[in-house]
Amino acid sequence: MNDTTRSPATAAQSAPSPRRGLRFWPLIRLVPRSTHFNFVGLAPFAAVLSALALIGSGVSLAVQGMNFGVDFAGGTVMEVTTPGPAPLGQIRARLGDIGVHDAQVQMFGDPHSARVQFRSVAGRDESSAPGFVAAQLQSSFPGLQVSGQSTVGAKVSGELVGKGLLALGTALVLMLCYIWFRFQLQFGLGAILALFHDIALTIGLLSVSRVEVSMTSIAALLTVIGYSMNEKVISFDRLRENLRKFKSTPLRDVINLSENERLSRTIITGTTAFLALSGALIMGGPALFPLVFTMAFGIFIGTYSSIYVALPVILLWGVRRGDEAARPISHQPARP
Amino acid sequence: MLALSRWKIILVLASILFGFFFTLPNLAPRGALPSFLPQGRLNLGLDLQGGSYLLLEVDTDALLKERLTNLTEDIRTRLREGNIEFTGLGASGDQVRVRITDPTQVNSTLNMLRNSLGETMLTGGRDVSVRTGPDQTIVAGFVASAAHAAATDAVSRSIEIIRRRIDALGTKEPAITRQGAARIVVEAPGESDPERLKAVIGKTAKLTFQMVDTEVAPADVQAGHLPPDDELLPSDDGFAPAYVVKKRALVTGEMLTSAGGTHDENGAPAVAFSFNGAGTRRFAEATTQNIGKPFAIVLDGRIISAPVIHSAITGGNGIITGHFTEDSAHDLAVLLKSGALPAPLRVEEERQVGAELGADAVRAGEISLAIGAAAIFAFIILAYGLFGLFAAGALIVNVMLIIGAMSFTQATLTLPGIAGLILTMAVAVDANVLIYERMRDEANAGRRPIAAADHGYRLALPSIIDANVTTMISALIMFQFGAGPVKGFAWTLSIGVVTSVFTAVLVTQILIGWWFKYLRPKLLPIA
Repeated sequence: MNDTTRSPATAAQSAPSPRRGLRFWPLIRLVPRSTHFNFVGLAPFAAVLSALALIGSGVSLAVQGMNFGVDFAGGTVMEVTTPGPAPLGQIRARLGDIGVHDAQVQMFGDPHSARVQFRSVAGRDESSAPGFVAAQLQSSFPGLQVSGQSTVGAKVSGELVGKGLLALGTALVLMLCYIWFRFQLQFGLGAILALFHDIALTIGLLSVSRVEVSMTSIAALLTVIGYSMNEKVISFDRLRENLRKFKSTPLRDVINLSENERLSRTIITGTTAFLALSGALIMGGPALFPLVFTMAFGIFIGTYSSIYVALPVILLWGVRRGDEAARPISHQPARP
Repeated sequence: MLALSRWKIILVLASILFGFFFTLPNLAPRGALPSFLPQGRLNLGLDLQGGSYLLLEVDTDALLKERLTNLTEDIRTRLREGNIEFTGLGASGDQVRVRITDPTQVNSTLNMLRNSLGETMLTGGRDVSVRTGPDQTIVAGFVASAAHAAATDAVSRSIEIIRRRIDALGTKEPAITRQGAARIVVEAPGESDPERLKAVIGKTAKLTFQMVDTEVAPADVQAGHLPPDDELLPSDDGFAPAYVVKKRALVTGEMLTSAGGTHDENGAPAVAFSFNGAGTRRFAEATTQNIGKPFAIVLDGRIISAPVIHSAITGGNGIITGHFTEDSAHDLAVLLKSGALPAPLRVEEERQVGAELGADAVRAGEISLAIGAAAIFAFIILAYGLFGLFAAGALIVNVMLIIGAMSFTQATLTLPGIAGLILTMAVAVDANVLIYERMRDEANAGRRPIAAADHGYRLALPSIIDANVTTMISALIMFQFGAGPVKGFAWTLSIGVVTSVFTAVLVTQILIGWWFKYLRPKLLPIA
């Protein structure tokens, strides 16, 4: 490597600062005008962190699995409301008395509401069990009302599992195709590994947190994939642009430069996304929480993996730069 | 790009007008808008407005079994009519087998059955195939395409019958749709008793009147010794747990012309019915011959009641008494009037959301959306000042366009869809962040404000498109895979992707363009 080459970092530093005149608004700046974080330097630590998190996810999955809702596990879930605080223990005991298998009774949102989930009832078939349980609960607890109920038969829940996995698989393949089409293969490889990382950790988080996994969780996972991919594309776009601009700069420096350049955007967009979801996280109620919780984590992990999974993979693998250099550069910004 | 062409301005203004007028009905009280304005409100999913969702599967195995039983009886009749001796007639698997006693008759019988069994199909040929098997047997079965057609037909007829039943219950706007080969989805919005809905849909409603066989000794019944043409059916009449009845039906539900709720002489709820010509004749004949004997009214294999025939009933009218409530008598009348299902339906999936739970969800969704939007507005204005205000304006237009487009297309908004709307706001702002960060870079690199702004739009656009394509891919997959709530999420997300690119790029561009044109600033407010 030629030592006399000006590193992009110094190039950015020596840029003439614009005239500082009257301010229109006291803008808050989360990030200084130019930063020189050594993102790549932290990559080994991040790799250890990711590996530990992945191992933790695997252990949690193996030990306690996922908290599957009725969509995937089959059975019935009921939301009930009671005039006073819901007597969870008594409801549980009553369900046991009438032969309900695997009953879970939890508070649902507020103390007056409970969520009752069960697989089957002794001596009852799939379609008559929910009505039977509802009637029993209503007679044992005066004033109890069933405000919502879902029953999914074993056949349908099996199909939903298959459909969900198919959807995730299709999403991964299509994303790879898109990245491949837009960028070189090395980029695609980095993106896909990062996506697997994100999905694995999101699933791990769902397992650790015992958040219920339902059809909407698949939607959330697909959104996480979409958001994560979005981050990779933005990151790759900038990297590719800088690779064209600084043809002889070492790859790790170009990566650092690109990430520093887009750091402000990364932080502002991430903050915006979290703020957008904050309302739903706090006030969205128990029905919206699993979806929003998964999406919020996905925003975090998608941002992290762009910098610490996708780019390191590209760095390790290397990039064919001759190809890129041969292309004409259409819009060269006025950077000295 | 900041040179504002006329079509850009017209396009943006037109879309703002569209968004405004189609969002309006959701904000104004119902009926308050003059009639020349659009009236369509957001179409709320069952999880938001409350209602019932049922996924039913036509029991095609039961259908096949019944068709095989009919085929068996058909063969028995033909062979008897032709005076052909046979043994071992019965259905096994999906075929009916019979052994012809006289080997010389096998071929002629085969030809006779080939020409008489089953029905001619649309494609030509008969729906029953008959061939010879080993040891003088003849094997008959349905051809594959006929079995499929029968299942399809059963689903269509079931949908028709379910529609009649639900309409008679007075449920508003039920959606009944076929799903896949043998499934039916019933979606009934609003406050309806789900158990009653299920009871009305789930009953096959096969009605028969059968004579009670009083000559069988109770000891024989206990031992399970029944005459070959008798059967033991469970009873709900409250007098006996079961009755032995003749297998042959006197009359069947198909012979009914009408049914309705009524009261018996004691004022208890009952179901009145009347027969068609054939039914009247057969019922008159049977009641004349069997005065003083009981007969059983059988619904789906269970006896409702077993009244004793006091006198011949020749008018073709009668009432069914039993342990009815007003509702259950009415429901039975509905079932009888709308006809029996061709095959039993199994409930594979059911979801019910109470209207109150739905209203809670709407409230929670609205609050979440409001908090999210307020937080974004505050943050984006703090971060980008005037340009942040422009982005906030674009965001308002965006939300309006999404709600307007969803009201216009009557796409269903679900609770996850609200989460999709919230996420869309974040993604829309990201487009502006990309643009503004580019502008900052360009301005910092020494470009004049207007050139920096122009380059910001131009250079950020590819990234914006890329980013939204990935979101769109996710949404399309969800749309393919998901049902109900997830589909609603996918809808909102896809509409949001399109509108957010439009508003984040075009609307802010026009605002910034005007700002440059009229104020001629020397500095970018974000630099």
